[in-house]
Amino acid sequence: MADAGAQTLQMSRDELRRAYRRMKTIRLFEERVEKEFAAGNIPGFAHVYIGQEASGVGICHDLTDEDYIGSTHRGHGHCIAKGCDVKGMMLEIMGKQGGLCNGKGGSMHIADLSKGMLGANAIVGGSPPIAVGAALTAKTKKNGRVSVAFSGDGASNQGTSFEAMNMAVVLNVPAIFVFENNGYGEHTAASYAVGAKSIAERAASFGLAAESVDGSDFFAVVEAMRAALERGRTACKPSVIETRCVRHMGHFIGDPQPYRSAEELAAARAIDCIENFRKRVRDVRLLDAAELDGIDSEVSAEIEEAVQAALAAPQPDISALEKDVYVRY
Amino acid sequence: MPKKSYRQAINEAIRGEMRRDPSVIVLGEDVAGGQGGTAGVGKVGNIFGVLAGLYDEFGPERVIDTPITESAIIGAAGGAAMTGLRPIAEIMFADFVGVCFDQIYNQAAKFRYMFGGKAKTPLVIRTTIGAGFRAGAQHSQTLHPLFTMVPGLKVVMPTNAYDAKGLMIEAIRDDDPVIYMESKLLYDVEDEVPDEAYRVPFGEANVVRQGKHVTVVGMGLMLARAQAVAQELAKAGIDCEVIDPRTTSPFDEETLLESVEKTGRLVIVDESPPRCGLAADIASIVAEKAFKALKAPIRKVTCPHTPVPFAPALEDEYMPNPRRIEAAIREVLA
Ligand SMILES: Cc1ncc(C[n+]2csc(CCOP(=O)(O)OP(=O)(O)O)c2C)c(N)n1
Ligand SMILES: [Mg+2]
Repeated sequence: MADAGAQTLQMSRDELRRAYRRMKTIRLFEERVEKEFAAGNIPGFAHVYIGQEASGVGICHDLTDEDYIGSTHRGHGHCIAKGCDVKGMMLEIMGKQGGLCNGKGGSMHIADLSKGMLGANAIVGGSPPIAVGAALTAKTKKNGRVSVAFSGDGASNQGTSFEAMNMAVVLNVPAIFVFENNGYGEHTAASYAVGAKSIAERAASFGLAAESVDGSDFFAVVEAMRAALERGRTACKPSVIETRCVRHMGHFIGDPQPYRSAEELAAARAIDCIENFRKRVRDVRLLDAAELDGIDSEVSAEIEEAVQAALAAPQPDISALEKDVYVRY
Repeated sequence: MPKKSYRQAINEAIRGEMRRDPSVIVLGEDVAGGQGGTAGVGKVGNIFGVLAGLYDEFGPERVIDTPITESAIIGAAGGAAMTGLRPIAEIMFADFVGVCFDQIYNQAAKFRYMFGGKAKTPLVIRTTIGAGFRAGAQHSQTLHPLFTMVPGLKVVMPTNAYDAKGLMIEAIRDDDPVIYMESKLLYDVEDEVPDEAYRVPFGEANVVRQGKHVTVVGMGLMLARAQAVAQELAKAGIDCEVIDPRTTSPFDEETLLESVEKTGRLVIVDESPPRCGLAADIASIVAEKAFKALKAPIRKVTCPHTPVPFAPALEDEYMPNPRRIEAAIREVLA
């Protein structure tokens, strides 16, 4: 593997600023989601992406709006990484009119097809086959696009994941399966539930290039993704990237996590991909603290505005209930 | 008699049966919780706490956490059932049955018939149903019609803690595959539940309220809604007879028909889309077998033909609500 530090240097300051902004937007967005949830402003349940920002942002860094991603129940970070509008997301999460799915989807179903975001997914293992389909479209239309399926370590054990990887190899389509291994599927550890030595190793046996990277290192994720993109865009070949992440919070907001020791949790929280990033770019003197802090305040303001808009917005009108079941019926 | 919640009643039934019969096992995702974690196993007891304490009592060989792998969970449970265990397999939300439906309807439910009556598949699939939880389109469905149409499968929908215990014991002792559907919004509702084991037989409806003007059928959470409306209408002199089928397969036609013969009117409250649903099924039974008794057209109060929406205002309108139930009752009486 090339020195990840070198990757830092190859990125323009604008690129770095954009990456940092996205990661920070995810972090602050999710912290605000937790707060609004506690205040009773978010119905149902929600899963936050705190601690995993570098994975989603690294994977999406070189994607365009034309490329596809499919996501998971823990999808807010993927949406932001792919460029979804945070106001539209907050409206959606609060079930409001004008949300990205007009309030019909909610946290676990945010989608924005104009950004190539094919949907969060509340069915664990739902996205990989869908991503194969989008990759098939790209291959058929020869448009050079790629399709990414985000999944967790838990989802890596679903039959649908295995089937999708095999089919991607057989059909030779530009699908990239990203398994974000945050150590847990709900309340069960990956060390228990993944029978193989590693997710990447098991995936490799399907006959595609598979790599495991430190998901808390934005630059390492980007580097792995660039290799996968090269295979996908030029040769229509699928890839697997396992990003080893940490879950800073519970499975869902409010999860008391009786299955995690205080020490383990503290150790997980000590690994902070955003702090890593800040340190790296400061060390090589690309962005300084003042500049990064400036981005922080811009992001805070953007999120505040999104929340205020979402709180003020009405729920969808009842007449929306029976709309959009079909295109035509 | 002690008061216990619906959740506790189910727990007690399973615990009692596991004590009585060593071939009863529990398997599913996070049924114990904490496997491979850093703070011990068994503190979760399923995400709704229904299986609390079972891991501590019965250990990892009988309270088995699986990977997230519904096809393999149900397939393995069916295979184990056919070969001598009595598995209670969990599908966390009924919606996830989409992942493993083949193992239910092509496999477990068909073994006995396909194999010429030679197989026995004493399998219980526990799952949760119902909207109103603000959980969106893939965590809110009530899929009893899908299961009721499968020959070989029995379908249980307990509406209160007493029945929950007795029907669970019955399900575990039954030699056929049973899907047992827990209404998420009923978990905390308490009722008088005896400490000892008892069975509530399948195919025996419960007439929860006697009345002479109109028969109202409600399943799962909808029973409570129907009952509440009946109580209100009683004040206006409208006398509803409210029936809880308890199991949709087998289905107690006799109690239903007797009631309709008496009242001449039928309203069915069913939390699922209107087409090919239980309301349609029950209406067809009555139209076929008690047509002459009917004094008014049958009315179905169902969800619309849509997925479950997320926004609370839409979801509340999606579910059969008291306003729509009352309107239907008044309409058949008009
Ligand atoms: C088919 C299906 N089974 C089970 C669930 C319940 N569930 C939701 S998230 C989750 C854990 C997923 O773990 P993982 O894939 O590692 O993702 P993470 O939550 O860690 O991001 C489970 C079991 C579900 N939503 N869908
Ligand atoms: Mg995980």
